[in-house]
Amino acid sequence: MNPTYYNPEDLKKFGSIGEFQKQLADKFFSYYGEVFAEGELSAREKSLIALAVAHAVQCPYCIDAYSVDAMEKGYTEGQMMEAVHVAAAIRGGATLVHGVQMMNKVKDLSM
Amino acid sequence: MTQVLTKSLKSSNDPLAQAAYQLELLEASPKNGKLLPHFREKLAQSGLYPLQPTGIDIFQVNVGKMCNQTCRHCHVDAGPDRKEIMTKETMEQCLKVLATHVISVVDITGGAPEMNPHFRWFVEECTKLGKKVMVRCNLTIIVANPKYYDLPEFYRTHNVEVVSSLPFYNADRTDRQRGKGVFEDSMKALQLLNEQGYGQEGTGLLLNLVYNPSGAFLPATQHSLEQQFKKVLLEEFNIHFNNLYAITNMPISRFLDFLMQSGNYEGYMEKLVNSFNAQAARGVMCRNTISVSWDGGLYDCDFNQMLDLPVAAASSQHISTFNLQTLNEREIVLRQHCYGCTAGAGSSCGGATA
Repeated sequence: MNPTYYNPEDLKKFGSIGEFQKQLADKFFSYYGEVFAEGELSAREKSLIALAVAHAVQCPYCIDAYSVDAMEKGYTEGQMMEAVHVAAAIRGGATLVHGVQMMNKVKDLSM
Repeated sequence: MTQVLTKSLKSSNDPLAQAAYQLELLEASPKNGKLLPHFREKLAQSGLYPLQPTGIDIFQVNVGKMCNQTCRHCHVDAGPDRKEIMTKETMEQCLKVLATHVISVVDITGGAPEMNPHFRWFVEECTKLGKKVMVRCNLTIIVANPKYYDLPEFYRTHNVEVVSSLPFYNADRTDRQRGKGVFEDSMKALQLLNEQGYGQEGTGLLLNLVYNPSGAFLPATQHSLEQQFKKVLLEEFNIHFNNLYAITNMPISRFLDFLMQSGNYEGYMEKLVNSFNAQAARGVMCRNTISVSWDGGLYDCDFNQMLDLPVAAASSQHISTFNLQTLNEREIVLRQHCYGCTAGAGSSCGGATA
């Protein structure tokens, strides 16, 4: 297999980041666990948000993890893809709204 | 995505139809080189080995492997081409045991148990003995043929608890696992059961659904899935039911075949092992159940039955030689597939165990 920057096996080793800095890793994982627990939003709702964000930040580990998690939590394929479209719409919108800045600059410079 | 099956592994002469071959695969070193700890060792670490029964509360009878469906995940490898059916004589031997022992629940399964020609007689005899009868009904059998149309009424008359598989609340995922048109027929059957009072408040007629994941992943919490199923089935089909049991797919028979073909076997086994839950292990169903095969053999559970692993009680391995004391003193037979019952919240014929 050709070496790549991303190795699916590395996802299972996420917890090992504590080897180099335990205190911060412990704090992060404790925080992470609490974020995804049942709260004012359900653990199920949070799973779908995580799936959308995983696509927005384009993290292959997160996409793997939250595709499984969303299936386990009973989301349909259609619901999961709609969540990805939400991420895409926000990303696309974020690019396009800067078009106003471009227009402003062009208009400022133009006769 | 997998293709829908039309034939059982057995009639396709697939090597996975052989219990010995399945056990060999489960014990072998995985391709990724990660040797999984033996289930016995995991239990020992939790102080649960050797695993022993707490008694026999549930008498689970598999009355045959014949079924009108050929589901992709079926651990029985059931289907229309399977001819193994329990005879009336074997049922009589079961009734003799039930009449002489304090075992409160009879759990009838298959295949489609209703396809056994002596099924209704057997249910009637069990109720005459004062037993609580549960039937694992695949739903579609109710609308498969006019001779089964009155099953909901029959169940109501005998106060049978109906336990039915429904892997998802939409047609796409259900039909990919259970066959084309199964979801639509299942909705019709559930509505017919509702008409008889099943799943309706105040009737006492229990209609429980069984969810199992339609792929190589584990079930979410039973409560969360139950809420989703209740909402969608009520809103879209006006269907009521009592409880949802979330069960894990066992890595045997057709689901093992799916895991092998889809390249998910190693990952799934690793996930089951990593999700081992000692609390779930304490509540596994083999501790209070005895499983009877179509030919009268005695097993710790329906999964061990399909893997040809009889109870470890040499003098009581058949219904004709049933001995409660010997069976209560037995050691439960364990193999690697047992991880399926102890992952996460646990899994049993009655759902989560932790």
